[in-house]
Amino acid sequence: MSCPANPVLDYNKLKSSLLLTPRARPDVLLDLRGIAYAVGARSILQGVFLQIARGQIVTVIGPNGAGKTTLIKVAMGLLEPNEGQVLRAPDLRIGYMPQRLHVERTMPISVARFLRLGRTVTKEKLTAALARVGADALRDARLQDLSGGELQRVLLAHALLQAPHLLVLDEPAQGVDLKGQAELYRLIMRIRDEQQCGVLMVSHDLHLVMAATDEVICLNQHVCCHGHPEKVSHDPAYLELFGQRDAEMMAFYTHYHRHHHGLAGEVIPHRETDK
Amino acid sequence: MDDFVIRALAAGILVALVAGPLGCFIVWRRMAYFGDTLAHSALLGIAFGLLLDINMQLAVVFACCALAVLLVLMERNKSLASDTLLGILAHSSLALGLVMLSFTPVQVDLLSYLFGDLLTVSTRELWWIGGGALLAMVALYMTWNRLLAITLHEELARVEGLDVARLRLLLMLVMAVVVAVSMKIVGVLLITSLMIIPPATARHFARSPEQMAVGASLAGMLAVCGGVAVSWIWDTPTGPSIVVSAALLFVISALLKARS
Repeated sequence: MSCPANPVLDYNKLKSSLLLTPRARPDVLLDLRGIAYAVGARSILQGVFLQIARGQIVTVIGPNGAGKTTLIKVAMGLLEPNEGQVLRAPDLRIGYMPQRLHVERTMPISVARFLRLGRTVTKEKLTAALARVGADALRDARLQDLSGGELQRVLLAHALLQAPHLLVLDEPAQGVDLKGQAELYRLIMRIRDEQQCGVLMVSHDLHLVMAATDEVICLNQHVCCHGHPEKVSHDPAYLELFGQRDAEMMAFYTHYHRHHHGLAGEVIPHRETDK
Repeated sequence: MDDFVIRALAAGILVALVAGPLGCFIVWRRMAYFGDTLAHSALLGIAFGLLLDINMQLAVVFACCALAVLLVLMERNKSLASDTLLGILAHSSLALGLVMLSFTPVQVDLLSYLFGDLLTVSTRELWWIGGGALLAMVALYMTWNRLLAITLHEELARVEGLDVARLRLLLMLVMAVVVAVSMKIVGVLLITSLMIIPPATARHFARSPEQMAVGASLAGMLAVCGGVAVSWIWDTPTGPSIVVSAALLFVISALLKARS
């Protein structure tokens, strides 16, 4: 694979998790420096650098097994890197949306109870968070009865209720149909604008997230390329990883729609075409 | 009613009270096999207690807690905590306990340890059971929401600042204490059933985790009363009678649920 060589740095001797000093750069929430992670002899991440600031959306893309989920788990402190440093802003509050939530059938629990778990949430805030993600009607539903897309929205509401400085979203559009995905990414952008939080998300598809991201990191165990989504989409390293599927996705996007779908799948006519 | 029946009922109800909420977590977290493993180690505690001539209840509590810590350490190393290894641990500790009991200076009534001997509960033992149940109840009450959070999604809970490892250890130790004090009620071989059947019964009607916990306690207490009554009237073994009543309640609840 023709990927640019990565800087080989030895951060072994340094403490792996430090606090960012506010003086360094006040708006930086998270700074990953030279992260390496391995399970036994199998290397999963090598020399990964990543920085995310307040109000910035960073998307990690890469094929299956590229180490995307591992990377965000290292970023959140769920996994200890073998090498490198994870620097966090002091008192960083993270809202995490995991890839999936498996709820035992034997556990009777409603959406509202799940959102309130382990914290005090006022009725107004709960209603607002559910409305924000278009899940008002799900409030009293059993958590197990939700469809994949509904569960994603509830998980996003759960993350929002943390009033996070940083939103970490692992494949947020999973189980959501393609039109709903575009809607979801627009929502994530709006949330960023309103709350001025940083967003770190994982996706396996560049074109879906392109409009909603400031920085793309193309990961395949190491950072193959990174930068503005436009730039990355033309990068040889990116094309080598995604070439074929990319062409197919572009074909999908040229398909003409007279309407788009809301988060719940409802039809929303285009204002432009209806005028 | 005689004193010993009142003591038996009190002991059984105390254990059922705490086994309800605890059992919910065992069901939700699929820890039934851990319960069996802990229960089997209780017999090892009895053997040690007799051989070293120390307080029996203390020896059992200690043995269960020691194994609980061992299991938590094993669980951390995920590749080890397989059903197979738990099975090896459970049955070898049961077997080792039985072998060791044959070396004890006094003859022991093995059946009473294996299947419980509720009607012979002494006042002293009742204090132990009450103390253990109260301790477990307070621990569960104080950590209830946090335990629910780690049961739903451990990593989510960790990101939100919960100390998952400590909570898991706590749950395991609570389970060890409850197992240790309930040995007298239904015996080593049937303890897990007292923690699993009542929650499974309550689940049919519960709409929240709390309802399921309370329902499980009620179902457990009802099973204890039924078992003691049956044992009193027809002179059947008390422990197994309690488990049979619990199972009957489960079947009835399943039928009621199916009809509605």
